[in-house]
Amino acid sequence: MTAPTTVDARGLLCPMPVIRVQDKARGLSSGSRLELLATDAGVHVDVPAWCRVHGHVVKACYEQDGEISMLIELGGALPGNNP
Amino acid sequence: MTTAIALISGGLDSMLAAKLVLDQGVDVKGVNFYTGFCVEGHTQSIRSREAKKPKRNNALWVAEQLGIELELVDVSEEYKRVVLNPKHGYGKNLNPCVDCKIFMLEKLKELREQGRLAFDFMLSGEVLGQRPMSQKRTRLDIIAKESGSEDELLRPLSAKLFPPTLAERRGWVDRESLLGISGRHRGTQFRLAQEFGFEDYAQPAGGCCFLTDPSYASKLSDLWGARGRRTYELEDILLLKVGRHIRPAADFKLIVGRDEGENRFLEGFRRRFPHFKPVSHEGSLVLLDGAATRPNIDLAARIAGRYSQGKDTPEVTISYTSCDGVSEDLCVTPMAMHEVRNDWHLGR
Repeated sequence: MTAPTTVDARGLLCPMPVIRVQDKARGLSSGSRLELLATDAGVHVDVPAWCRVHGHVVKACYEQDGEISMLIELGGALPGNNP
Repeated sequence: MTTAIALISGGLDSMLAAKLVLDQGVDVKGVNFYTGFCVEGHTQSIRSREAKKPKRNNALWVAEQLGIELELVDVSEEYKRVVLNPKHGYGKNLNPCVDCKIFMLEKLKELREQGRLAFDFMLSGEVLGQRPMSQKRTRLDIIAKESGSEDELLRPLSAKLFPPTLAERRGWVDRESLLGISGRHRGTQFRLAQEFGFEDYAQPAGGCCFLTDPSYASKLSDLWGARGRRTYELEDILLLKVGRHIRPAADFKLIVGRDEGENRFLEGFRRRFPHFKPVSHEGSLVLLDGAATRPNIDLAARIAGRYSQGKDTPEVTISYTSCDGVSEDLCVTPMAMHEVRNDWHLGR
């Protein structure tokens, strides 16, 4: 399994971490994984919501010393991949 | 399959507009533009950790309720030209609503040209006459014309009050199933929400944009006045959403956290602003924005004492830290309530 693509959104406030994840996901195929690094607690609510809307899954989430690491597996509709 | 792109603000009207078209078998996708002034944006991170109900991103919530995809688009940098120089002027506060809607519709078309979005027509939740300035018929006509969207733009909630648009003429949507709502009373929308089973939808006062908020607009005006120029960075407009803003003198203001959530948020700005924190008592974190001269520091320390639990004691110790990270303890008499003048408080 290939290493996940890292999205570094530390220091950014919601919804910017979600936007960074979304933009990184553009063009990736279903099954690809992203690791989001963030510091805004809002990602605990917003990223799972974004995943539910687009058919992606939050596989894991860790938080240590205010730094959040969230592993996302892409599936379903990928933003910007228009026919 | 016909595809429509819906401007999703996170409020009820755009939600209903999208639902009306979705129910006609059209493939609806949503777009939410992040301007930096969105009510629901950064306030997420300001909330108290103990809050019973976590704040949500309402645009994502709407998309989830409707079962549609949502593209979030950061336009905060480009949006400055709309806020700073609106061709059609401001509404009651600093809300450039007409220019804002023109900008967003233009942006949708631009994203289509770039291949990022694909759609046959656009829809918005505008309601004729609902907002006193921006939703007058003449203004709505200007929005459609100047954005170049013309009849590619469908306003499902007021469609019957306008000539048939492309989507209606082509038979993509049935005009008879659309609505003819006008005016400020929102009873029809509330009934419709109930019929559709929408509960817990967002109803922020003044809409989803901080620029419609008189307190926020007043603080933004103060910022421009203090700097002598009309400009801003994202950091500026975020800080205007948080805390008490107190300007005791023309060359500096203080931002005082009001609760644990705001203090935590302001801590993220400690390296960029000189700041104060009571050490002898519990109290708010206070940022100093402006000239950190000795008289200003001394005055600010007394105000920081006012917003500590030692406010009624003869003396409090306040730790002052400069931008260089150099700290010193200041023993000061907390300012009395009557000494903090009402006209120092911005946005009241």
